[in-house]
Amino acid sequence: MAQKRKEAAVVVNQQALAPGIYDLTLRTGLAQEARCGQFVAVYPKDKSTLLPRPISICEADPEAGTLRLVYRVAGKGTGEFSGLTAGDRVDILGILGNGFPVEQARPDMTALLLGGGIGVPPILQLAKELSCEKKIVAGYRDAQCFLREDFEAAVSGGQNAKGSGAVYVASEDGSVGTKGNVMDAIAENDIRADIIYACGPMPMLRAVKAYAEKQGIPAYISLEERMACGVGACLGCVCKTTSVDPHSHVHNARICTDGPVFEAREVDI
Amino acid sequence: MNTRVTIAGVEFQNPVMTGSGTFGSGMEYGEFVDLNRLGAVVTKGVANVPWPGNPTPRVAEVYGGMLNAIGLQNPGIDVFIERDLAFLKQFDTRVIVNVCGKTVEDYVEVVEKLGDTDVDMLEINVSCPNVKEGAIAFGQKADALFHITSCIKKAAKQPVIMKLSPNVTDITEMARAAESAGADAISLINTLTGVKIDIEKRKFVLANKTGGMSGPAIKPIALRMVWQCANAVKIPIIGMGGIATAEDAVEFLMAGATAVAVGAMNFVNPYTTVEVVDGIEAFMDRHDIADVHELIGCVK
Repeated sequence: MAQKRKEAAVVVNQQALAPGIYDLTLRTGLAQEARCGQFVAVYPKDKSTLLPRPISICEADPEAGTLRLVYRVAGKGTGEFSGLTAGDRVDILGILGNGFPVEQARPDMTALLLGGGIGVPPILQLAKELSCEKKIVAGYRDAQCFLREDFEAAVSGGQNAKGSGAVYVASEDGSVGTKGNVMDAIAENDIRADIIYACGPMPMLRAVKAYAEKQGIPAYISLEERMACGVGACLGCVCKTTSVDPHSHVHNARICTDGPVFEAREVDI
Repeated sequence: MNTRVTIAGVEFQNPVMTGSGTFGSGMEYGEFVDLNRLGAVVTKGVANVPWPGNPTPRVAEVYGGMLNAIGLQNPGIDVFIERDLAFLKQFDTRVIVNVCGKTVEDYVEVVEKLGDTDVDMLEINVSCPNVKEGAIAFGQKADALFHITSCIKKAAKQPVIMKLSPNVTDITEMARAAESAGADAISLINTLTGVKIDIEKRKFVLANKTGGMSGPAIKPIALRMVWQCANAVKIPIIGMGGIATAEDAVEFLMAGATAVAVGAMNFVNPYTTVEVVDGIEAFMDRHDIADVHELIGCVK
């Protein structure tokens, strides 16, 4: 694995995709090493907000040397990031965490890719890297279906994406696609798959874990927790594991370094 | 230029250490900094048996700092000796093991096991605000601190540092209790107890409700306590609390600390420890100081 480091990235551009959802492209040497499901930690300049903010990688372009981060403004730090414009410099720490294990999806399989809310962005890079048949389900609050076109392009061979598939949408208010969440969209469209990859809020991930167990298929889920260091030292972002994990020797894995992606059966969520 | 300092007969190549709990056992930050350049690595607290720690959320950001309530999660002394100490032995730095427990017997068990190892010093954590039993109960009453210090001194083969809690009325009373019970040094401050409330959810942010505050915002308090203790006891002091730069470290040295530790700032800037080492040397160079001892305690 490449060495983690902190470096100054340069903002290539930023735009709002939906109310409170921003699309930030950074030029950084770290882009060479990024894989789907990993994350970077972005530093606010305001020194009253000390800790870097973990943000998932939406797309990595090693040739252009860019990382695309799509994030929701959740507070002071991300609020500051939303004001970044082309040419600005911003410190980032990366590349952090282990990504989605794309090698688990064999070419003859159908993979189900699930993204809920601000868990949607990391699914895009995954969709581009998976070469098997893909069923992508993106769940939103309302009609603000950010990244939908990118997913459509990714399953039709655009954007240098591999493989084929279909995109489904669910919205909580029913304004687009299936009314409800990603699980409702799976049922409504009778989607079948051999393997699942998911990122989203905890209730969604619990439902995915239960669904995968019932179907008897593997599910790789990306978890989120409040973090401080991002590198495995502070033990702030642990999740309960079903067996004693080798680092902690208790039932606690570190989401930042042992995750953020876990096989659903490994974690007790 | 001399940056070497000696505490209880143990010589350190420079006065910069890591704050317990902010640096693991060095493995994670070894990717960012050369551990050979540090005065000492002070490990995360270790108990006689594995501790699972507290539920999450365990960390929260506050203005100029953070709260944590990790709850001293650790893999237990046996795994620690086999894995973490073996790792640290590869480096040319001193190793100080932070020891935690729920009862005096727990502490003594860990201290005895470490007696057979080549760790350089022990730091006794009687000041963690995030565990209900033991730990801080020993650190907030002078007679309890005296008792546990005496028991540990009897069992310990290495010099003993007692890590003091700032969550007391008079820190000098605790420093004197540790000194009179035979402690070889004291380190301070551990974190200050605080809370953060999520006003939208009307709930505490931390699952533990309270947490320990660290970060640059606590530095003036830590510095005041180090200075008070330096005037109250003769044993060496390791000063910590919000150190972010070499200038912060120099303040602690001037206030009377023989060594300093970088804590929460490791999380913010993983290169902080080595930057502080380099910065102290640069400061000494700039001011024509030949020996770091010229700085220690120079502000009375």
